[in-house]
Amino acid sequence: MSSESHTSHADIDESITSHRELTGLQSMIRTQPFWVFVAIVAIGVVMSIISDVFFTERNLFNITRNFAFFGIMALGMSAVIVTAGIDLSVGSLMGLTGIVAGLVMQAGFSVGIGFLACMGTAALVGLINGVLIAYLRMAPFVVTLGMLAIARSIAMVVSNNKMIYQFGPDQDLFEWIGGESVFGVPNPVWVMIILTAVFWVAYRYSTWGRWVFAVGGNKDAAKLAGIPVERVIVSVYVICSSCAGLAAFLMVGWFGSVTNALGLTYELNVIAATVIGGANLMGGVAYALGAPIGAALMELIRNSLLLAGIDALWQQFFVGLFLILAVLLEQIRNRGG
Amino acid sequence: MPALELRGVSKNFGAIVALNGVDMDISNGEVVGLMGDNGAGKSTLMKIVAGNFPPTSGKMLLDGEEVQFSKPIDARRKGIEIVYQDLALCDNLTAAANVFLGREKKKRIGFIRYLDHSAMIKHAAELFKELKSETRPRDLVRQMSGGQRQAVAIARTRLSDPKIVLMDEPTAAISVRQVAEVLELIRRLKESDHGVVLVSHRMPDVFSVCDRVAVLRRGTKVADKAIANTNPEEVTGLITGAIGSA
Ligand SMILES: Nc1ncnc2c1ncn2[C@@H]1O[C@H](COP(=O)(O)OP(=O)(O)OP(=O)(O)O)[C@@H](O)[C@H]1O
Ligand SMILES: [Mg+2]
Repeated sequence: MSSESHTSHADIDESITSHRELTGLQSMIRTQPFWVFVAIVAIGVVMSIISDVFFTERNLFNITRNFAFFGIMALGMSAVIVTAGIDLSVGSLMGLTGIVAGLVMQAGFSVGIGFLACMGTAALVGLINGVLIAYLRMAPFVVTLGMLAIARSIAMVVSNNKMIYQFGPDQDLFEWIGGESVFGVPNPVWVMIILTAVFWVAYRYSTWGRWVFAVGGNKDAAKLAGIPVERVIVSVYVICSSCAGLAAFLMVGWFGSVTNALGLTYELNVIAATVIGGANLMGGVAYALGAPIGAALMELIRNSLLLAGIDALWQQFFVGLFLILAVLLEQIRNRGG
Repeated sequence: MPALELRGVSKNFGAIVALNGVDMDISNGEVVGLMGDNGAGKSTLMKIVAGNFPPTSGKMLLDGEEVQFSKPIDARRKGIEIVYQDLALCDNLTAAANVFLGREKKKRIGFIRYLDHSAMIKHAAELFKELKSETRPRDLVRQMSGGQRQAVAIARTRLSDPKIVLMDEPTAAISVRQVAEVLELIRRLKESDHGVVLVSHRMPDVFSVCDRVAVLRRGTKVADKAIANTNPEEVTGLITGAIGSA
């Protein structure tokens, strides 16, 4: 007490400031992706002890390839969720864009044209979602639920309910892109890594990223500050849809075939991965690194149950459990300050 | 010639008449206090001037020329800055990010432009220092006290060199020391020939910095007097309706 009374106000201010300013490491430890990553490492350690197969190159290759598709979609979903939106149509959109890519290439067009058709369809659907949500002020849940039904239905109609497995002149290249690897890393994983880096940079260093978070934090304040709120909202739905289109393109190449059931119910896993990765459904919070980390945890659970000889039917149980735990943890940390 | 003239400004929200034919002038280097009971229409008037919504009728002249704003950014471009009563901040962003929201500082390498975090943090820190506020640029607004939030909102008006600064209850949530700083800032704005409108319920603030005081009652301007020609008792009477008009 007496020693404090000698300290000047400026010193106290200074010490408060230095206590409150967090270093990079401290602020990282406070984020959800960090703790999910810790959980991944812990599960990985346990699994490599109880299973000989887990830490083999083959198994790790499979795990990473499997979650890459979800990681790519979760990145797009994170941008939507930051704005306090949701996109339920991504699974159906995979079906639609996969079928479109397949049909175009089956008709004899090159893989480049197939890719453009796939991404063009995705962007168009995202644009429709975005315009309805941003300009007509419809609820994202309702709009994208409608699109979930519509996109799947169109996929069924245009595919005539048939499987497509012939992809024209560039079949080999197309199957290489989705199914092979470079430097021992599956191509979809490369795509996910690059996309994660792009999102990380965009969230941190672009005005677009800043505006997306501002819209999620306080839409009215963002509007008053002169931010083009509607255009920002449209952009996140276009980006989310494009990620789904990209994932579909890679996945069809990997499978070597596509049916209109591609991506069925994937929207739930993608949203779960995004939330486990630290995105807040109330908007304003998400991490680029959280998307692949959340997707990785979910695939790791599946793989671990498989290797541990536990019935695969338990998978959804554990995914659900982790989802609820992750959100609970977030709540507790927020209350703790 | 006044910098800003309002002529017969009225605003209806459905059946509610929030403003009824308000005339008002603000000159460069003049501080006008705007007082009135809760719901009198003060914020509505400020928001019309700041371009949030157009008046139902009446017009606005800036330096003698009629202006119409369709959005806040139009008003800002014409040199009108505002501190909103509800502050309009994004809780999930840092203080510095909020200060520069919509006006981010950028650096460029070749044709790539990216956010210049260090410049924004540095500039924000200077503004907070000028306001004698203990606000740290890197802190999230969510974790801030009412006074710190207010400092962030006020700092936003210091980014450009506006002609007119509107402050809607800028001292409502802050400590005595910070009230003095905000009043000092208003005096500096006046000395540098800015026009300022101070909306406040605090009689001492209005009487210490304002040149004139205007009183709104249920959407109608009932008085507009030089501070030298009135006193707190009269203004109180005008606000409550004990005195009809002056
Ligand atoms: N966006 C709106 N829609 C409908 N009515 C509104 C709106 N904004 C204000 N009003 C109404 O207009 C009237 C004036 O409100 P205003 O916010 O201008 O009052 P004020 O003088 O700023 O009050 P306070 O001192 O409480 O801030 C009130 O009756 C209010 O309910
Ligand atoms: Mg008000």
